[in-house]
Amino acid sequence: MESCAQKRKYAAKDYKSDLKPIWCPGCGDYTVLNAITRALAELALPPEEVAVVSGIGCSSRIPAYTSVYGFHGVHGRALPVATGLKLARPDLTVLVTGGDGDGFSIGGNHFLHACRRNVDLTYIVMDNQVYGMTKGQASPTTAPDWEGSKLTPEGTGINPFQPLVVGLASGANFVARVSSSDPVNMAQIIVEAIRHPGFSLVQVLSPCVTFRPEQAEWRDIVRTAVVDVTDDAARAARRLMTDDGFNVGKVLYKGSRPPFRPEFENTDGSVAELEARFAL
Amino acid sequence: MTVQSVSLVIAGSGGAGVVTAGSLLLEAAAKAGWYALMSRSSGPQIRGGEAAAMLRFATEPIMSHDDSFHLLMAIDWENIGRFSAEIPLVETSLIVGDPAHGDAPAALLAGRPRQAALPMTAIAEKIENGRPNMVALGAIAAMIGLPAQAMQAVVEQHLKRKGQAAIDASMAAFHAGIAAAADLPAIPKLPAVSAASAPRWSITGNEATGLGVIRGGVRFVAAYPITPATEVLEWLAPSLAKVGGVLVQAEDELASINQIIGASYGGVPAMTATSGPGLSLMIESLGLAVAAEVPLVVVDVMRVGPSTGIATKSEQSDLNIAVYGLHGDAPHVVVAANSVADCLFTTQWAVHLAEAMQTPTLVLTDQAMGQARAIVPRPAELAFIGQRLTATAAVEGERYKRYAVTASGVSPMAIPGTPGLTHTADGLEHNELGTPSSQASDHQAQMDKRSRKLTQFNYGDHWAEIIDADAGPGDLAIITWGSSTGPAREALRRFSDAGGKARLISVRLIAPVQPEKMAAALKGISRAVVVEQSHSGQFYRMLRAFYDLPRDTRSLHQAGPLAFGPNRILEQLNAWSS
Repeated sequence: MESCAQKRKYAAKDYKSDLKPIWCPGCGDYTVLNAITRALAELALPPEEVAVVSGIGCSSRIPAYTSVYGFHGVHGRALPVATGLKLARPDLTVLVTGGDGDGFSIGGNHFLHACRRNVDLTYIVMDNQVYGMTKGQASPTTAPDWEGSKLTPEGTGINPFQPLVVGLASGANFVARVSSSDPVNMAQIIVEAIRHPGFSLVQVLSPCVTFRPEQAEWRDIVRTAVVDVTDDAARAARRLMTDDGFNVGKVLYKGSRPPFRPEFENTDGSVAELEARFAL
Repeated sequence: MTVQSVSLVIAGSGGAGVVTAGSLLLEAAAKAGWYALMSRSSGPQIRGGEAAAMLRFATEPIMSHDDSFHLLMAIDWENIGRFSAEIPLVETSLIVGDPAHGDAPAALLAGRPRQAALPMTAIAEKIENGRPNMVALGAIAAMIGLPAQAMQAVVEQHLKRKGQAAIDASMAAFHAGIAAAADLPAIPKLPAVSAASAPRWSITGNEATGLGVIRGGVRFVAAYPITPATEVLEWLAPSLAKVGGVLVQAEDELASINQIIGASYGGVPAMTATSGPGLSLMIESLGLAVAAEVPLVVVDVMRVGPSTGIATKSEQSDLNIAVYGLHGDAPHVVVAANSVADCLFTTQWAVHLAEAMQTPTLVLTDQAMGQARAIVPRPAELAFIGQRLTATAAVEGERYKRYAVTASGVSPMAIPGTPGLTHTADGLEHNELGTPSSQASDHQAQMDKRSRKLTQFNYGDHWAEIIDADAGPGDLAIITWGSSTGPAREALRRFSDAGGKARLISVRLIAPVQPEKMAAALKGISRAVVVEQSHSGQFYRMLRAFYDLPRDTRSLHQAGPLAFGPNRILEQLNAWSS
């Protein structure tokens, strides 16, 4: 079976559904969808053996745009759904997609514990520093002086969340930052992220051209990080804490912590034995 | 004939020691062929502190405590007054205390109980390694008619690892207690029962809950600790591992409900257990399970609310949130266990319902039955095993419709891994394919199917437990649910022993409601009393909203944590029949 599947050739389009995305023209998420399907094709994973799980937000619409198994849940809870799915079905390849608000604000606690727990998942976060679906509010990664939202017209005044640093501190086993402007590189990094055991975190700088039109410039600002991958989380975190957020295109950290994988043991036990303990 | 039983409390500041003494007594009673029920109450301390073990013994199965206790055996008096409301004592009751610890606190004497002294400490001191607890157990055994050899067997079992010397010391103290009991006033004794009695189990409601879901087929459990549901999860952790299942501790209840949604979407029957505060957090995602049609079971071991409330004590006040808590029109199943043993039946049934209808199913139990241990007749084998209607192969030329509109409302579910049937399960309203849709027609069709699969399902006779249904034209009924069923059952028994005729309807299927079945159950009834443990009469209001009730229907409700005694309910029946 397995050798048979490996021999089959897949193209990126085999992983796309016929649904037209609801995204705005120019949205970075289009290329993320392309990169995911390209990565799955390169890995030649049969579509039925892959699941994409998401919460709520523009980027959380991705599952329905793929032809693999998908689950589109509630706001902020994609990681626990994916955790339950992967633990119950270790044979599946499970991806999680979402945005900065879904993952780091309402879902922040799950993010910390997903990193800690290190289940073999790949989490692709499309970070555009704004809530797009609700039409332009500040997100946890928005700069404190951004005055573009009616909700916080004076800016939020609070420092942005540093997802990769927090991810490293919490135990993520693989950390990378990529740009939606380079889908080929993004696909390669997603391939690596899926292959790497444990919890893989990929931050994608994915502009919102509607509510953050200035992000159209990101394609010119981003640069390929001039660092090599490290297995030293502290070193990776120090680099991230001193860069400007636009060093992209590289895997920044690969750890070797074994994934959390409780076994559904083949056991000789039976329900009758459990019952026997109550018998007098 | 009225239940022949004896009720007693062992109390003291020994923390777990008191509960251990109660457990020994319970086991010994079982060996003697009796049935028993033990509840516990403890102070707010995390460890140690005052505790009370409330026990009732009978020669036949019992499901509730009596109106008062025959005996309070106090190892000491520290903070014992805290429990006075939970330990009703009357003039025929007897308080036995150790003179070494002074006099009984006034709070216990309001009912003018008899008092006697048992110098437990002094007696124990004369025995090497003798302990006052064992002296107390000896005295209790002698007073209630429990054979010494029953306790001997239990002590040997428990102290086997500590060696013969420990067993001998315990039994010496026990026999000294028996001897000292000769000087104590009498309380009712239970008759000996032949050893060849029916097979019995010793089980708590929380254990029965865990066993029920395993029997039903659950193999994935996500857990976040909360009093008083934690024991369900702690029992499941090692037990699931023995039958090829897994329990995962989650970071919060939002995670635990979503983990089980993920596991169940993956094809593995899944559940979690929680209490009111945790259920509140899970509500949004329960709606997701309704919309995405993901089968799962959530057990709510109810405690006193609102907010943190009284975490260690019981109340039947989560009925409203369980039935109405979800936003939107969100048809789901709510069932309720009515006794310690029924936790097994109801949770196993719940797994069956959830899987068969692809719907979240809430099970309401409560602290009173969850943390009570009972000696019960061996529960019957049940045929309820979760069976999910799955789609296993693609149909040539047809696109798989995850949410196909079917006559039953249930659509074949493709499990990830199945070729040709990939789809996205969605909490957004969707069409039959699962594609998000804001069309009124799709919403209507999907609402109809989600509702239809619940209303058309055959719940059989399990929707309620009905007692004395054929009692003739006696026109009285008690309508109740959950742990109020225990005292209601006994009130009915006392009423019919005195020549009265009445019917008991204990509703197990809270939602969806069953108006036709209720109408049949209420046939010939013109007066009914609705019994529940909630301050606002939640159950009564729900019955009023959905059922045609007899013209004279009264609500007997009170807030927790105090449970109804059978006589409170009996008073209403008597008032009607006099």
